[in-house]
Formats: sequence, C-alpha cells, structure tokens
Amino acid sequence: MLKRKESPTDTAFLLTITISLFIVIYILSIIFLGDKGFSKIQMFFNLFNENAALIVIACGLSIVMITGSIDISVGGSTALICTSCIVCLNNYGFNFFTALILALVIGLTFGAVQGFMIAYLEMQPFIVTLAGMFLGRGLVALIEVNQIQVDNPSFELLSGARIQIPFLGDINKRGVFIQSKLEYGVVIAIIVVCVMFWLLRKTNLGRSFYAVGGNSQSALMLGINVKKTRFNAHLLCGLLAGIGGFLYLFHTRSGSVQQATGLEMDAISASIIGGTLLTGGVGNIFGTLFGVLTSGIVLLIVTAIGSQDPWWPQITRAAMLCFFIVLQSIICSRKRK
Amino acid sequence: MTKNNIKPSTQRGVSVFKTISKHRLFIPIAFLMFLLLLNIFIKPGFLRISLGRDSSGNPVLIGNLVNILNNATELVILAIGMTLVTASSKGQDISVGSTIAIVGGVIMRVLCGNETQPTELKAPIILAFLLGCLAGMVCGAFNGILVAKFKIQPMVATLILFTAGRSIGSMAMGGLKPKAVSSFGYYGNFIPGFPIPTPILITILVVAITYIALKKTNLGLYTRAVGINDRSSRLNGLNPAKIKFMAYVIMGFCVGIAGFVQSSRVQTVNPYTIVPGIEMDVILAVALGGNSLGGGTVNMAGSIIGAYTLQTLTSMLTTLNVNTNAVPVFKAVIIILLVAIQTPAVKNFFSNKAKVSKIISNQGKESA
Repeated sequence: MLKRKESPTDTAFLLTITISLFIVIYILSIIFLGDKGFSKIQMFFNLFNENAALIVIACGLSIVMITGSIDISVGGSTALICTSCIVCLNNYGFNFFTALILALVIGLTFGAVQGFMIAYLEMQPFIVTLAGMFLGRGLVALIEVNQIQVDNPSFELLSGARIQIPFLGDINKRGVFIQSKLEYGVVIAIIVVCVMFWLLRKTNLGRSFYAVGGNSQSALMLGINVKKTRFNAHLLCGLLAGIGGFLYLFHTRSGSVQQATGLEMDAISASIIGGTLLTGGVGNIFGTLFGVLTSGIVLLIVTAIGSQDPWWPQITRAAMLCFFIVLQSIICSRKRK
Repeated sequence: MTKNNIKPSTQRGVSVFKTISKHRLFIPIAFLMFLLLLNIFIKPGFLRISLGRDSSGNPVLIGNLVNILNNATELVILAIGMTLVTASSKGQDISVGSTIAIVGGVIMRVLCGNETQPTELKAPIILAFLLGCLAGMVCGAFNGILVAKFKIQPMVATLILFTAGRSIGSMAMGGLKPKAVSSFGYYGNFIPGFPIPTPILITILVVAITYIALKKTNLGLYTRAVGINDRSSRLNGLNPAKIKFMAYVIMGFCVGIAGFVQSSRVQTVNPYTIVPGIEMDVILAVALGGNSLGGGTVNMAGSIIGAYTLQTLTSMLTTLNVNTNAVPVFKAVIIILLVAIQTPAVKNFFSNKAKVSKIISNQGKESA
C-alpha cells in the first residue's frame, strides 16, 4: 500500500532541529574537549543532576505556553517553597513527606489563584504572574531575610542518596572503576516528562490545550470550555512548579531571597529552544527536555573552555536564544505564505 | 441637555462625580492622592521642604517630596518610552534594566578608559552621554527589528537582551569597576550653587519634549492606530513595521538618558546590580496609568503619574522600615487590585448590580 508522504509538522521540525543540535554539540564537545571531562559518562548524568528542577518547571511552562499564556512566577514560587520548607523542616518537625505536601500546596495555590484571575477575570497573564513573582520573593523576605540551610538529618540523608547505575561508569586516574551516580530527583523529573508527554498526546485535556492555544475562537466553537482549559493549564503549571521547587530544594538544600533568580527566564528560553511557540498551539515536551539539556551543555562548554571573563555564559545563552527565536519566526512566516 | 436641567440637584452632583470618575486619569490621580494623604498621616512633616547645605557647603533642597521627585527620574523617563512601546507593539520591553547596564558600562568606559581610579575624565561628558544614548538606541533597534521585521512577540524578543545585557555591560567595562571623578556626578545629584536636584530638571526637560512631540506630531495617533489594528492602519497608509521600530528606538533613547542619570548618581556602575527589577516597575507604572497592556492606548500623563505613584509607595514603605526585599509584596497586591478593577468581568459585575438596584427601585416606585 502506498503511503502518502506527509510534510513534517512544525512541532516535528522544531523538535528534530533541537535534538540534532544537542547531539551534534555533545559529540563535538567529546571530540574537542574530551580531556576536560566531556568524554566521561558521569558528565552526561551530571547534566541531568544539575537540571532536574529546571526540567520539571520548564515542562509546566511549556504547557502554559502551548495554551497561549505565560507564567513568570515560577522563580518566585520556587524561592518561597525552598525557604518555607526549610523553616518547617528545621523548626516545626516536618519530615520529607509533609515538606513535599507543603511544596505542592504552595505551587497549587499559586497556580489556582493565577489561573482564576487569568481565565475567569480575563486579566493579562504577564501582569498577573508578575504580581505572583513579586509576591513569592517578597514573602520569602517576610519569612526569613538571611540565607538558611536545611538542618534535618533524615531529609539530608534522602537528599544525599544517589542511584548507582549498573555497568556504567568511568575509570579515574588511578585506574579504579567508579560507577555513575544519579540523583533521585532526576527519576522524578523523567517520570514527570513522560506523564506530561502522555497527557498532551493522548488525553482530552492535553489536546484541548493545543486547541485553545492554536485558536481559542474555533476551540470555543468545537465545544471546548476555553476558560476551564486555561485555568487547568495554570493549575498544572503550578503543580509542576511545586514539584520543581521541591526538587530545587532537594538539590541545593538551601534557601534565600535571591534564590532561583531568573529561573523563569531559563525555563522560558528552554521551552523556546525546544520548539514551543509563545503564540501558542505548537510545542512538545521532549523538545523542552532537550532544550534544557542543550542550554545546560552549552553553559558547561563555555565554562570548560576556561575563559576567565565571567560574561560569556550568559551572552552565549542569549545568542542561542536569539538564533532559535529568529528560526521560529522564519518558519512561521514561511508557513503563512 | 434638557434632561439634565430637570434633574434634582443631588442627582446632578452624582453625575458630576460620575463624569470625573469616568475620566481616564481618575484612578491614577486618586491613587496618588490617597498615597500622599497616607504619607502625611504617617509622617506629619512629610510635605516640609527646607533649604539645607550639603557636605561642601552648597545650598540644596531637602524634603521627602524632593526625594520622591528626584528618585522617580529614571522611572518617569523609562515609562514614557514604555508607553509608546506598549501602545504600538502590544507588548512590553523587559530588557530596559539590562540595557541600562549596557549604557552605564559604555559611559564608564568612555569616561574612565582602562583605569579604575582616574584623576580626570578621559573624554568630555557630552561625548559619553551621546555614546551612551547611541548604545541604548542600538539595543532598541535590535529589539525593534526582531519585533517589527520578524514579528516576534515583544516579551520574547526582549528576553534576549534581558539575558545578555548585564553581561554585555560588564564586558563593555572590561570587567573593571571604575569610579569617575565627582564632576560627573553633577547630573545625578546637584550642580554646585543650584539647589534643585539635576535629575528633576532633566525629567522636566524630557516631559516637555514629549508633550511637544505628542502635540505637534502624529506620534501618539499613529502609535495608537498601529496598536489597535495593525492591518487597518496599513490600509490607511501607515507603515506599522516602521512605527513599531521607531517606538523601540525611542525607548532605547529613553534608556540612554535614564542610564546616564543613574550612572551619574554614584559615578560608578555595577552592571550586575544596577537598577534591579526596574523593568517590572516601569511596566507597572504604565499599567497604573490606565494604559492597556494589550496595546492601543497612549495615556502619557497617566504613565508619568503612575511612575510617581510607584516611587511614593516605595519611599513610604522605606519610611515604615519595611525590608527592601519585602517591598514587592505590597506592589503585587496593588497590581492585582488595580488591574482587577479594570477588567471587564469585574466592571460588568458592578454595573449589573447597579442596574439591578435601579430596576428594583423603579419597580418600587411603580407599585407605590
């Protein structure tokens, strides 16, 4: 049977570019910077270890962006989650699970309140979540002005635990084989990515996100409850920000007012690099995953090249963002013709 | 007209209040007045302005109002540019803080060269000012091309410079932290012998130029037309891309002036910490002034009043010994309240309530 050749969709095209770019950069870094640790397998796992929280938060942002909205409060809510969880862990006898529940409650509250204002009161997402960002950071200062550390043995034990990957590892200078290690947070992040991928592809909820983001008028005519869908997107983003904030705490074990500054912009740029259009309706969770990984590896490379000037990482990151934004724009305008 | 004449006097009073409250500057001015009253209540000597002497014996004006007018300079200048950007491109420029870092870096490099403690200025200040403005306008043009030519959403397009700007500023200074001689400080503080802070004079100049530009040219009309409907403005013979581009370049010029004033205040620049979070304050000032953040309104007076309102709020919170990091909480609450009462859903809710009560009272009259 003949199969009609279909032209690849925007999503597939942008996803292919991101994944191939990541692979090319990784291979190039192994070839040219192998002596600086890039050939080690642990390096690959470290990429996940460092970025687990960002992956989860970027997933939430991708969903909101697919729906045609934006959420810049995630950095603020992450800082709030870290500080309040630490205060509760240190002073009020919270354990791992109650702290996790507290983190989820904070995230969901942010998501629900912002979602209500954006979806039902029709306020502008940017302004509402800007207020959310201010609120999050300001509340941190009201709770605790100084930087604080987790002082809870059971939490620290869990947070310090690593998964030993069987059969994978590197041989160090003395010729001893060291197994690669993975943090537990990464497992959660990967699970979140898979669940969100399934949700966006297979469920009514996920498909309605795309429909509302693509064209809310026609989505309304199809019988989709546009307001409810927008609300759900923000609620989901809040939930993921809660999980992501907890993973951030799990990784850093400290909290301060200036913590996670610019995290929202990192997440947005990871989503954009991963092929999510800010106009809505186009995007892919795996693209977001690779967006995070790509910007992570570029930062590592810039640091490893050993330039003494501290400004190169951010400039490189911005240049990469610029490249992807212009690329998206060109693709969109070509499609319009 | 005749209907108004037969209205009882109490009702006429109500209608006067209604026309005032419907005025587009009502909410910003009312809020500013409320804050000022609150300030007077908290601190009885709030309005007092006195003539004091600074450390070198020159006469200077001292007082809370002077401080507010002085410190709001950058915010006002940026709000003017942001109003045009918001009106024409239906989005906001979030790179202004980072661009100020670039401008400050360029100015410092021009004035100090490669030395950290130069004993004299390496270049005339006017040259530094012009190069700073040029740097700002180049950044504005970069954003403008992305927005107007490539049709990228403003927030995303300016995200690029938001990410890179502070690093570029540091690069422009060569990683040094030079401090210019004090004569450069005249523009951010006082000119010796003249008691009014220079930034206030600069603000007046910029506002006057803006006023003339809005009165004498079609700038306001065209930006509004482009913001309301891109396509129909093109059918009317305008070039939307050009007007958007122009708005961003003007924004860049405003950033140049603001960066000059800001770097002159302490005669040194730390690109990573200069004016933190000012982009959000500027957007808030524009929203406070009654401009739609979705584009299409040029309420310049509102934006300027909004900027002063915000500065009054900040200084009030400082007077109350609120931690600087906790100030955003109050800003957040005010943003939400102000934006919420302007949304259609809330407006409908109240007007429906008014209608219902009117109907009920009418029915009551009929049955009586």
